[in-house]
Amino acid sequence: MDISPAPATAPGAPAPEPDPARAKNATRPGDRVFLALSRGSGILLLVIMAAIAVFLTVRAANALSHDEGNFFTTFEWSANATPPVFGIAVLAFGTVVSSLIAMAIAVPVAIGIALFITHYAPRKLATPLSYVIDLLAAVPSIVYGLWGALFLVPHLKDLYAWLNDWFGWTGILEYHDGAPRSLFTIGILLAIMILPIVTSVSREVFRQTPRMNEEAALALGATRWEVIRMAVLPFGRSGVISASMLGLGRALGETMAVATVLSPSFEIGKSLLDPGGGTFAQNIASSFKESGELGKDALIASGLVLFVLTLLVNGAARMIIARRKEYAA
Amino acid sequence: MAKRIDVSGLTAYYGSHKAIEDISMTVEPRSVTAFIGPSGCGKSTFLRTLNRMHEVTPGGRVEGKVLLDDENLYGAGVDPVSVRRTVGMVFQRPNPFPTMSIYENVVAGVRLNGGRLRKADLDALVERSLQGANLWKEVKDRLDKPGAGLSGGQQQRLCIARAIAVEPQVLLMDEPCSALDPISTLAIEDLIGELKERFTIVIVTHNMQQAARVSDRTAFFNLAGVGQPGKLVEIDDTQRIFSNPSVQATEDYISGRFG
Repeated sequence: MDISPAPATAPGAPAPEPDPARAKNATRPGDRVFLALSRGSGILLLVIMAAIAVFLTVRAANALSHDEGNFFTTFEWSANATPPVFGIAVLAFGTVVSSLIAMAIAVPVAIGIALFITHYAPRKLATPLSYVIDLLAAVPSIVYGLWGALFLVPHLKDLYAWLNDWFGWTGILEYHDGAPRSLFTIGILLAIMILPIVTSVSREVFRQTPRMNEEAALALGATRWEVIRMAVLPFGRSGVISASMLGLGRALGETMAVATVLSPSFEIGKSLLDPGGGTFAQNIASSFKESGELGKDALIASGLVLFVLTLLVNGAARMIIARRKEYAA
Repeated sequence: MAKRIDVSGLTAYYGSHKAIEDISMTVEPRSVTAFIGPSGCGKSTFLRTLNRMHEVTPGGRVEGKVLLDDENLYGAGVDPVSVRRTVGMVFQRPNPFPTMSIYENVVAGVRLNGGRLRKADLDALVERSLQGANLWKEVKDRLDKPGAGLSGGQQQRLCIARAIAVEPQVLLMDEPCSALDPISTLAIEDLIGELKERFTIVIVTHNMQQAARVSDRTAFFNLAGVGQPGKLVEIDDTQRIFSNPSVQATEDYISGRFG
């Protein structure tokens, strides 16, 4: 039987003098195993990250050294041609714009749903509603893509016509006949896809609003909306930002749904409702199979840009959250 | 400014559970009335019926009348929101808005009450309210700092400043010192003595010395047993309650022979 070297101390007895040497001996095997496991996991994470970064950088560098166009400004993706000419301008534009449209639609709706579930809906309605929202997250993205292509696209014509009637004069929402397989449609589809994650994180944050803060607002004569404005929203602010960034991360990287719905083209339309455009992830998925060695490297280079973009978005979110840290509850 | 509270036949429920039963009392304007009694006797519940905060608890409902001067707070068509703008409240645990600065905390209520004051007026209001709460000297150089960064006692005085900034008729305090150290407690008690010149004050306390020190009138609540509704045993001048109460149960409670 394993007898620990440290003398057993009766409860209530004065603590023995701390002895550095003995304290070191007293670590139990379980502690050592757990320490090794958790430290190993941490190191493993760093190794994997480094491996991905090295892989992306090396392959991307190879592609860039052969690129005859400007990688950032060229409106073309002919990586398999001779000479190879490719640039990410269209992909970057398409990725950012479709994700921003998705955010603009999904975040307000998600906050609304989360507030409704936590502060307005009777419990009998709130619980099933939460389940439905979570269920949306369980739908595979290819299913969203099929739904988008077969249902959403044919049904969006009326909306497009309406947008054109009211906002066509702005130019960016001008619509001429054609299949609505545009960045705007992608934005709507992505909004539906990121809705569950933004909603459920916001819901958990709002639910944790301290009761005493809400009562403080109520006792000052706040209406229900004012309670939300004074106590709930400020308290949940950083959580909602994190939730939105999680959603944005998903929107930026979404592949199958976009590839199914979009009719890709390497031009930037004047209007968001013009068909065409592309995103990083969609372009990789659509072009990977027909690509040669260099073509694959070029796609990897575009993947590296997406990787950096996501990193920047996360960094920005952290900065926003940290800036008001002293006010954090 | 201060108004009289006239309660008659007030019964409050949590769902089907009757928490307090048939309470009637009068609270004079510009006086301090203390509620004492064992835990669970319903004194906090009763306090929360006086500004219609009881009904924000799920299942909370009230029968009976609470007259503020001549207006029934539970009358048909009375908006609980406007009641709470007239009857201010300070809670057991200091609860400044964590995301707001000291300044914003003080003006929070005024901003709600539809007042769109000029900056100079707001500044004056902040100074007046913080002075009224004996906090001005300690925080005047850091009004833009978060209210949650103050000590517990300062936070509680900030909450009092926030409550009096909207010039309520009545100020309800639910064990305002129970989370504070003795020095902060003393500061709040001194403050209560000053505030009663301007407001009708009702304070719930577990500390009988505190009730004896700060109040003019004391109400003793008790309950017959677990699950039974709390009842008002008696209300009288504080001095009389603590020297020669008319009910034996009161004497037992204040002399520690309770239960």
